[in-house]
Amino acid sequence: MADTRLITLEGLQSLVDALLAEGYTVIGPTVRSGAIVNAPIRNIDELPRGWGDEQDAARYRLRRRDDEALFGFAAGAQSAKPVFFPTDELLWRGRRTPDGARLEVRPDEEADAADSETGPPYALLGVRSCDLSALGIHDTVLTQRRFGDAHYATRRADAFVVAVACSDPGGTCFCVSMGTGPRPEQGRGAPFDLSLTELLDGGHRFVVEIGTERGATLLDGLEAAPAPAADLDSAAYVTTQAEQRMGRRLDTEGIKELLYASVDSPRWDDVASRCLSCTNCTMVCPTCFCTTVEDVSDLTGHEAERHRVWDSCFNADFSYIHGSTVRESTRSRYRQWMTHKLASWQDQFGSSGCVGCGRCVTWCPAAIDITAEAAALRGTPGSHLPPAGAPVTSPDD
Amino acid sequence: MTALTGRGPSPGSPEETQDPFLPRPFVVSERRQDTRDTYTLVLEPVDGEPTEFAAGQFTMMHAFGSGEVPISISGDPARPDLLEHTIRNVGAVTRFLVQATPGTEIGIRGPFGTGWEVSAGRGGDVVFVAGGIGLAPLRPAILEVCAARAEYRRVLLLYGARTPEDILFGDELRRWGDEHAIDVQVTVDNGQHAWRGRVGLVTQLIARGGFDAATTLALACGPEVMMRYAAAVLAERGVPKARMRLSMERNMKCGVGLCGHCQLREYFLCVDGPVLTYDVLEPLMSRAEL
Amino acid sequence: MESIAEYLPQHPFFAGLDESVAALVAGCAVNVHFRPGQHLFHEGEPADTFYVIRHGRVSLEVHAPAGPPVVVDSAHDDDVVGWSWLVPPYRWLFDARATEETSAIAFDGACLRGKCEADPAVGYALLQRVVTVMSTRLHSARIRLLDLYGASR
Repeated sequence: MADTRLITLEGLQSLVDALLAEGYTVIGPTVRSGAIVNAPIRNIDELPRGWGDEQDAARYRLRRRDDEALFGFAAGAQSAKPVFFPTDELLWRGRRTPDGARLEVRPDEEADAADSETGPPYALLGVRSCDLSALGIHDTVLTQRRFGDAHYATRRADAFVVAVACSDPGGTCFCVSMGTGPRPEQGRGAPFDLSLTELLDGGHRFVVEIGTERGATLLDGLEAAPAPAADLDSAAYVTTQAEQRMGRRLDTEGIKELLYASVDSPRWDDVASRCLSCTNCTMVCPTCFCTTVEDVSDLTGHEAERHRVWDSCFNADFSYIHGSTVRESTRSRYRQWMTHKLASWQDQFGSSGCVGCGRCVTWCPAAIDITAEAAALRGTPGSHLPPAGAPVTSPDD
Repeated sequence: MTALTGRGPSPGSPEETQDPFLPRPFVVSERRQDTRDTYTLVLEPVDGEPTEFAAGQFTMMHAFGSGEVPISISGDPARPDLLEHTIRNVGAVTRFLVQATPGTEIGIRGPFGTGWEVSAGRGGDVVFVAGGIGLAPLRPAILEVCAARAEYRRVLLLYGARTPEDILFGDELRRWGDEHAIDVQVTVDNGQHAWRGRVGLVTQLIARGGFDAATTLALACGPEVMMRYAAAVLAERGVPKARMRLSMERNMKCGVGLCGHCQLREYFLCVDGPVLTYDVLEPLMSRAEL
Repeated sequence: MESIAEYLPQHPFFAGLDESVAALVAGCAVNVHFRPGQHLFHEGEPADTFYVIRHGRVSLEVHAPAGPPVVVDSAHDDDVVGWSWLVPPYRWLFDARATEETSAIAFDGACLRGKCEADPAVGYALLQRVVTVMSTRLHSARIRLLDLYGASR
């Protein structure tokens, strides 16, 4: 039985104040430009109180709720990914002497600038279970292999994570299919320090599950009482009802073998006729990690910087080599992305690359749905595996 | 922000003390022209620390302010005090590199990747199949064999070049044949009137045999199409696919398995490769745009 | 020196050929020898000979108005040269020039064609072997057309 407390709205503000007092930049969901966007906050009034969302393939709208829920929406436009894995990272600065001989390379010591208003350490407020799993996947990909991303590791080590259970999954959510939600579980994905479940009936309050010593210490400072049993039951119900309201479903049975065997499937031509190769899906996906490097120098050519910036396998020159591109067609790029996300990722990192957050479906301007594509591959003749339930026949039968 | 050391690589490993994203300065000590567009640079580390490498590995060579390219090491693994790279001038970064005169400092990251491990061929025959500049990444493995020649039985080097003028390491080819009992067979795509050697595809040399397929370790390096056909002919002759090693290439940006560019399905060619066995590669080479 | 009929079954091109068939086709053959620089044939000449190289080296060349001829293929020990004797109008499509002392067996094309027409089984046996050589040469030529070792675009 997890160690739980109960806090009120005032208690939540005190939590934010305590984090700010410890020097964290608190990043939480806010309403901006018609979407839920993560931004530094100082007051819970900045959270999306009374806002919900409607999501479907190529559709995202905010809607007014008839209550005052602070977290009554599904996946925001971005996950926690850009906090720890910025779109642009300065790797080093170098200098070459005017005669072109000496090369001096300095690691970037001024990254994550001294701006205490928006710089690290970061406290994330309101991380969904799917995004927590994604963070755990990034921890594996970026810090637990032979070579690691030291910048990322430092930001992650210092970060305080307040997760939140989902009450209103969206039209594109399928965390249940991917086994990543809707309730954050310690030990699944990245660890959380605290996890909130918002309750509205009978007073606006939050059941807080304590995940770490650090989280416990912070809560102790708020003098929060243990959560009563009835509230624990209500909190559990929040996510059990959410489990029944997933917008999408993805059958993960044998998905790796299915994708590996579907290399010649005509379905790829079908999706290619719709895909614009716009890279939106990879930008909003919380587990995508591809980057490229940009070398820039000043006009004299003597000072140079190397930056690491986000890239996408849908970009034309992603696979450029020897004067041409390996993945020239949109067909091959979509195949690469989906096969990597659902199949090769498993061989590489021991888990699926997809956490079921639904962002790639919501933010695709062509309404391409990864769950529909997976289902189509299962059912399409020539994908080499019979549809689930169909008898297996051979040519001699 | 603390210095960039240590996270990720296992404690005590060589990688731990050197940030894989920071180039190490090397100075060009020698520059040799091999053919009309190919040059070999010999580099020495500014800090004097030797660079242990395995035959088949590559480094990311940096052209200041312009970019980086992955280039296989073409030197002798028994000489870690030097780094030798044979580079073909095909773009902005390689043009800078081949024009770098002795005394120029160049940033190097690495060595990275898996090696040929030609010692797995001891006790049997070794067949090197090289196409074009693919001979350069094989050179360290050939030198390794020469240094322990008695450990191997028949050793063949089957080398295809575009024209006689494009043949690399001509003097060494002769020496390997004369002094190290390596059966060196060279063919060109087309030759001048005076060419006395073979004209044809390097796969035709494989078909001539001269090696015991059952005990052969085959190492192939060159354009992917050539390696694909070479592997097919080797298989026809009975060389087990798991005993064929190919050096694969894809776009590389980081060289350390983090940027995602060099993936060939589930393999990161900079970490799981570039040397991979043909039993693993065959399905991945059989489809376009994978 | 053994007779042509005794030698043929040892040659890779004729391996597996029935002894009686070997004797039959040997009847169309004579031993020939070329000095270095000597042409076996020129492009455009009537192609009525099929050469089996015993020892030596032959360049297959294409000449152009400017510059020396380009060597597009080479034949060495145990290779065969020429299949134009099978294909009307029976004319050579390139030059062939020995670059070393070369000993070969030359088969009379008309004689061979006659034996093939008289006994289709003999024809099939020969054609199978010729097609295998053509297949290898065609594949080699096609891949070389890709100019794999050429500079990238």
